Amino acid sequence: MHNFEFVKPSSVAEAVAALASEEAQPLSGGQTLIPSMKARLNAPETLVSLMGIAEMQGVCPDAGSLVIGAATPHATVAAEAASHFPGLAALAGQIGDPAVRNRGTLGGSLANNDPSACYPAAALGTGATIVTNAREIAADDYFQGMFTTALEEGEIITSVRFPIAEKSAYAKFLQPASRFALTGVFVAKYASGVRVAVTGASENGVFRWAEAEAALSQNFSADAIAELTCPSDEMISDLHGTPEYRAHLVGVMTRRAVAAAR
Amino acid sequence: MPKDDGIGASTKRREDIRFLTGNGKYTDDINLRGQSFVHFLRSDVAHGRIKGIDTAAAEAMPGVLKVFTSADFESAGGIPCGWQVTDRFGEVMQEPKHPILAEGKVRHVGDPIAAVVAETYEQARDAAEAIEVDIEQLEAVVDMKAALAEGAPKVHDDLTSNLCYDWGFVEENKDAVHAAFESAAHVVSLELTNNRLVANPMEPRVAVGDYDPWGDSHTLYTTSQNPHVIRLLMGAFVLNIPEHKLRVVAPDVGGGFGSKIYHYAEEAFCTYAAKVLKRPVKWTSSRSEAFISDAHGRDHKTKIELALDADHNFTALRTESYANMGAYLSTFAPSIPTWLHGTLMAGNYKTPLIYVNVKAVFTNTVPVDAYRGAGRPEATFQIERLVDKAARELGVDPIELRRKNFIKADQFPYQTPVAVVYDTGNYDATMDKMLELADYANFDKRAEESKARGKLRGFGIAHYIEACGIAPSNLVGQLGARAGLYESASVRVNATGSISVYTGSHSHGQGHETSFAQVVAEMIGVDATSIEIHHGDTSNTPMGMGTYGSRSLAVGGSAIVKATNKIIDKAKKIAAHLLEAAPEDIELKDGKFSVAGTDKSVDWSGVTLAAYVPHNYPLEDLEPGLEETAFYDPSNFTYPSGAYGCEIELDPETGKIDILRFIAADDFGNIVNPMIVEGQVHGGLAQGIGQALMENCVYDDQGQLLSGSFMDYAMPRADDVRGFTVDHSCITPCTHNPLGVKGCGEAGAIGSPPAVVNAAIDALHRAGHTHVTHIDMPLTPSRVWAAMKA
Repeated sequence: MHNFEFVKPSSVAEAVAALASEEAQPLSGGQTLIPSMKARLNAPETLVSLMGIAEMQGVCPDAGSLVIGAATPHATVAAEAASHFPGLAALAGQIGDPAVRNRGTLGGSLANNDPSACYPAAALGTGATIVTNAREIAADDYFQGMFTTALEEGEIITSVRFPIAEKSAYAKFLQPASRFALTGVFVAKYASGVRVAVTGASENGVFRWAEAEAALSQNFSADAIAELTCPSDEMISDLHGTPEYRAHLVGVMTRRAVAAAR
Repeated sequence: MPKDDGIGASTKRREDIRFLTGNGKYTDDINLRGQSFVHFLRSDVAHGRIKGIDTAAAEAMPGVLKVFTSADFESAGGIPCGWQVTDRFGEVMQEPKHPILAEGKVRHVGDPIAAVVAETYEQARDAAEAIEVDIEQLEAVVDMKAALAEGAPKVHDDLTSNLCYDWGFVEENKDAVHAAFESAAHVVSLELTNNRLVANPMEPRVAVGDYDPWGDSHTLYTTSQNPHVIRLLMGAFVLNIPEHKLRVVAPDVGGGFGSKIYHYAEEAFCTYAAKVLKRPVKWTSSRSEAFISDAHGRDHKTKIELALDADHNFTALRTESYANMGAYLSTFAPSIPTWLHGTLMAGNYKTPLIYVNVKAVFTNTVPVDAYRGAGRPEATFQIERLVDKAARELGVDPIELRRKNFIKADQFPYQTPVAVVYDTGNYDATMDKMLELADYANFDKRAEESKARGKLRGFGIAHYIEACGIAPSNLVGQLGARAGLYESASVRVNATGSISVYTGSHSHGQGHETSFAQVVAEMIGVDATSIEIHHGDTSNTPMGMGTYGSRSLAVGGSAIVKATNKIIDKAKKIAAHLLEAAPEDIELKDGKFSVAGTDKSVDWSGVTLAAYVPHNYPLEDLEPGLEETAFYDPSNFTYPSGAYGCEIELDPETGKIDILRFIAADDFGNIVNPMIVEGQVHGGLAQGIGQALMENCVYDDQGQLLSGSFMDYAMPRADDVRGFTVDHSCITPCTHNPLGVKGCGEAGAIGSPPAVVNAAIDALHRAGHTHVTHIDMPLTPSRVWAAMKA
């Protein structure tokens, strides 16, 4: 790791100002950034910690939605969202291991948009609104391919508004080494229809499986999608699974999520 | 006899107190005054010609003491290989030079090119980034068969090809074996891969070199399983330092699994650089570095065939294997696919004719050497997978086919057709015990229950033989070993009766400090807490060969017994003098010497005090003091064996395999500490299951390591390895060592991979997927699913 300056502002405005410098990078839970710095793959001159900003913390129900501060650790979401939005809380409770869950944050995960991370599936699967210091971005517009988002340089996610589903669940098949999602599917049922978001599988990052959404909106049961198969084009191929295997898992995990939804 | 810490007691491991309270002293905990730090610049290409190295910018960086390249090591030797194999034509193997820093070419990703020594580690690393290396990238050879093809790029330009050796065993049997196949009623064959593994001990390698200009003497602190071997190899062959000027210390070591047996370039570098710079030089491997610089394990590709007669008796076995050596020959690499593999190819069976052919191949990958089991897992995997396949093809019970061909309990000692003589064993007994503990009789009911939940249940069996405590030295010398394989012990009895034992074995997780003390406590009848076991420092232990190959109790323990018997003999003479009796009338029991048939006695400390305060002492006949050294060179290997049963559940939707139960019924001979034995088997099972289901070291065709971190190299975790039932009540003691022990360290890793794979095939066949006859390890969900769909 190279040396760096460290600042820890107490307001979003101060953080935005600190990030104006070209060589500054925001630091949230550090679960990706710190290892990449240790490997010397990333060498910011200044790290601007977002962990000291009170308005970016907490889990708060708000008119049919759950608003979660972007710097809220996964473990807090797992505990505090459980009674409001059990499907989302269960997803948070499955990320990484206890150490990761106590450091890693919602905003950090969404800003990084790792193609195998769990939170992007929740944000896209619920049609969440990504709230930044500058604007509000619909999840459908936010995710733009692996490690790519609609965020502008220096823009900070401050909170995320998740519409609470009637029923939801997340089913994740673990990559055996990293225990990231080899394929993870978040299914959420709303009065307006069903949303199905898939992480871990596609070279384009998290995506919605439209055919499954249509079928499940008609009939919210695993049987309704028993014959559906997700195409394997543009699925990830690596040591842990072929595109065909991942496409197959999308079907399996979607059915399991539907069966588990509550 | 204090029952709570003698032989057979599950005494808690005394060393764990310091390990669990953070008081262990590992090599990285050693920090010397004036210490400097080295960072190695390693090749990021698998094969390339070094056209130039410009270190000027790096040398000018803050804190840099010196940048070393191969030019600084012109007077040094290469890293030596400790075993020379002779091929089937009577020629010795091709043995390339293994320089400390790359000379002219880099041959694998991770090959060290230059080394920067600086005041701090970060400065060394910063400066390494400023070194400019001009490398002409060459085509890499990764696949073994491609490496042997006509016109393949050569890893070593000065060798005739990438073939290290082409070994045949037993070459004289070859024609008879082939003839037996011609006349066989049945022939069963299987092609399989024994997947390449990275040992990944919890503690990465560390070396600290120190030089004392006043005595012109060197000290190397290193994470080694055998400090004396390092002292000999490095001193005599690499740096030309005589033993009396070189001390090697391997303090607490956090796991080795074979990967810390070998002499590594970094050790020689730190030792040498400390003298050049007159400063201690420390290197601590990162985990990323470990993946590309620790010797890897396994990596065999094999075709194996079994001939059977009409009654299903095994009549002949033959194999053709390719064994990856990597880019250089690591210390014991050539011996693994040959003498530690071919000699075990009889398994537990009476197969009369066996021929093993092994081609060892150089590739542009990290060197490959012994990893827990070393050669014996490869042999066991081949045999036990093939026997299972034979049973399936012949439509017979895999247990009965094994039993029919087992060497029976009354046939020991048994001369196999592959040179070795098994001293004892009872394979039907271990099979019976395993099936009983597995409740195999009710397996079908459990399978039905799984089926009701949409899961496929399977039961897999493996019966292994292994060979531990490789010996005797004169035989291994004939086989090409460049070292002896005895072990040493010194027992120093102190004046007040406490005992300091110095062993040439090395504990890096095995619990020697506890179990070796139990042996001495049992023999003398004193409390084990009065006995201390010392190991790992060449300055105070007699020359020993270290710990690997499940040898420590069988060989090192036997040396301790020999030395302790010398102590007892002398102590009896002292007691006889004190008690005014003849030495042959003196009995030692519970730490007390008495004259047979009388009530005259003297206790242990009375004798030991007399030895060191010899006022009333037979000085004319006996030297004062009570300290003895013994070396023990076994007359044969030991042959642990066991039956392993693995019960799995397979999710047909995802291909994921869950181990539900794993039963290990081992015959380790006599047991000193059952709890430690159980722990050793648990650890071995975890590694074997890891190999079978998860671990895989993968290179791409350019020689880049794809599984170079824990993000892609899947280590088993606690929730992957559960449901172990371990039994060692089947005992046929070893006949040729004084403790009757066989060794237990590697068994779990040897016997478990075929049991796991056999269980998976069983589950698939029960569910009608009979087209799946084999899946190569690791049986990842993706591979299992693909096999089902094929």
